[in-house]
Amino acid sequence: MARIIAGVASSHVPAIGAAIDNKQTEEPYWKRVFSGFEKSKEWMEKTKPDVAIVVYNDHASAFSVEMVPTFALGCAAEFPPADEGWGPRPVPVVQGHPELASHIAQSVILDEFDLTICNKMEVDHGLTVPMNLLFGSPEEWPCPVIPLAVNVVLYPPPTGHRCYMLGKAIRKAVESYPEDLRVVIFGTGGMSHQISGPRAGLINSKFDKAFLDNLTKDPKKLTRISHLEFMREAGAEGIEMVMWLIMRGALDDKVEETYRFYTVPASNTAVGHIILEPKRRAAGKTQRAAGKARTAGKRPVSKRPTKMKRAAARTKTFVRRSK
Amino acid sequence: MARKNTARKEKDYDDIPGTIVFDAERSRQGFGINMFCMSLMKDENREAFKANEAEYLKRFNLTPEQEAAILKRDYNRMLELGGNIYFTAKLGATDGHSFRHLAAVMTGSTQEDYAAMMLAGGRSAEGNRSKTGRKTKSMLIASAKAKAGKQKSSKTKSSKSKPKSRSKARSNRG
Repeated sequence: MARIIAGVASSHVPAIGAAIDNKQTEEPYWKRVFSGFEKSKEWMEKTKPDVAIVVYNDHASAFSVEMVPTFALGCAAEFPPADEGWGPRPVPVVQGHPELASHIAQSVILDEFDLTICNKMEVDHGLTVPMNLLFGSPEEWPCPVIPLAVNVVLYPPPTGHRCYMLGKAIRKAVESYPEDLRVVIFGTGGMSHQISGPRAGLINSKFDKAFLDNLTKDPKKLTRISHLEFMREAGAEGIEMVMWLIMRGALDDKVEETYRFYTVPASNTAVGHIILEPKRRAAGKTQRAAGKARTAGKRPVSKRPTKMKRAAARTKTFVRRSK
Repeated sequence: MARKNTARKEKDYDDIPGTIVFDAERSRQGFGINMFCMSLMKDENREAFKANEAEYLKRFNLTPEQEAAILKRDYNRMLELGGNIYFTAKLGATDGHSFRHLAAVMTGSTQEDYAAMMLAGGRSAEGNRSKTGRKTKSMLIASAKAKAGKQKSSKTKSSKSKPKSRSKARSNRG
């Protein structure tokens, strides 16, 4: 069985990508930003996921205004970096995981989330910048990636609640995939920022901090933030934070914050970053040993069925009954 | 065009000052602006635009107002006429301008002042929430304050709300 072992959220500011590409990461302005990700890179190095699902948004690269899918899942074998007007970023081509991706597409569409399937897609800084922040700048990305592009450019984006529920459906899909894969899910974008109009430059650290706190404490509260509140409090483009809720929805109800970093600014944006892991993974050795004893002889991954799984099972029954 | 503008129905987010939300209506109105900007992703188009701006713009079915805003590089006006910042930024890039330059232009500030404001923590939300001065509430921040030190009660509340949201999700499916 595949499973989601952790969630990562990170801003995806294009200027961070430019600083990496132009080798400015040691300059004091940028060092302040990059130093916050040193521990995260070490964590990622240790965690070694088999697959990463990266929730991000396209910035007029793969999608113009001709077609604007709300949720678009990348099912291709590879995703070349897009030319965003300065030539493609000098990062490796992103390798996909078409098998798991199409499995997720099938599962969540039948769960009534109407995804658009992309069998050919270029990816822009929205996806590659968070990958750089967590994986560094290797010759090749260390694991395959499933991109999930969310429309947050054309109002209205999907609601936070919808995103959170999609996260749950993605988790259910991952857990019904037969191969043992350890999956990390990324939510990207944010935090508070506005880059358009006379109010550009808006930052709201209080809002951002409350958002970070509640990712662990009370994510359901975050799903009730209206679009108006996101835009008013966190800037017109701060609404990108709904994408973090897909990541959060895909995790256990109870999680532990492994790491957090926050700094203002990177270019026009408040940079926020958090790593969340299921409580049971971070639990003490005794609990883990007990879990092992219980499942002795079985596969080690299946511990006690979580509340989430029981809920998912119930939902399944209900869907069947309604048909 | 102007008539269409005034016919626009008031939206709740129109109350946010200095903010032009790119919604479906503006996206329809600004299709030409954004497709023009998108065309600048290609080098040959950038050359053709630079060679004769007004002539190049004729390809995109723009209104005279939209053409004027583009030729004048009036970035706020482009947004009002349906442009989107991720698209108009491509025009900025064609002119060789950084994002900071565009932000400074849109906020009526110099690049230095804008950069200094960002370094000092950005533009505060205080006093920048509502055009009409109406009392706005942040559900997130307000409840964070109210619940400070009362974590237990928030826990019971969240566990209570679980079955509620589940049944809601279920009823949506039926």
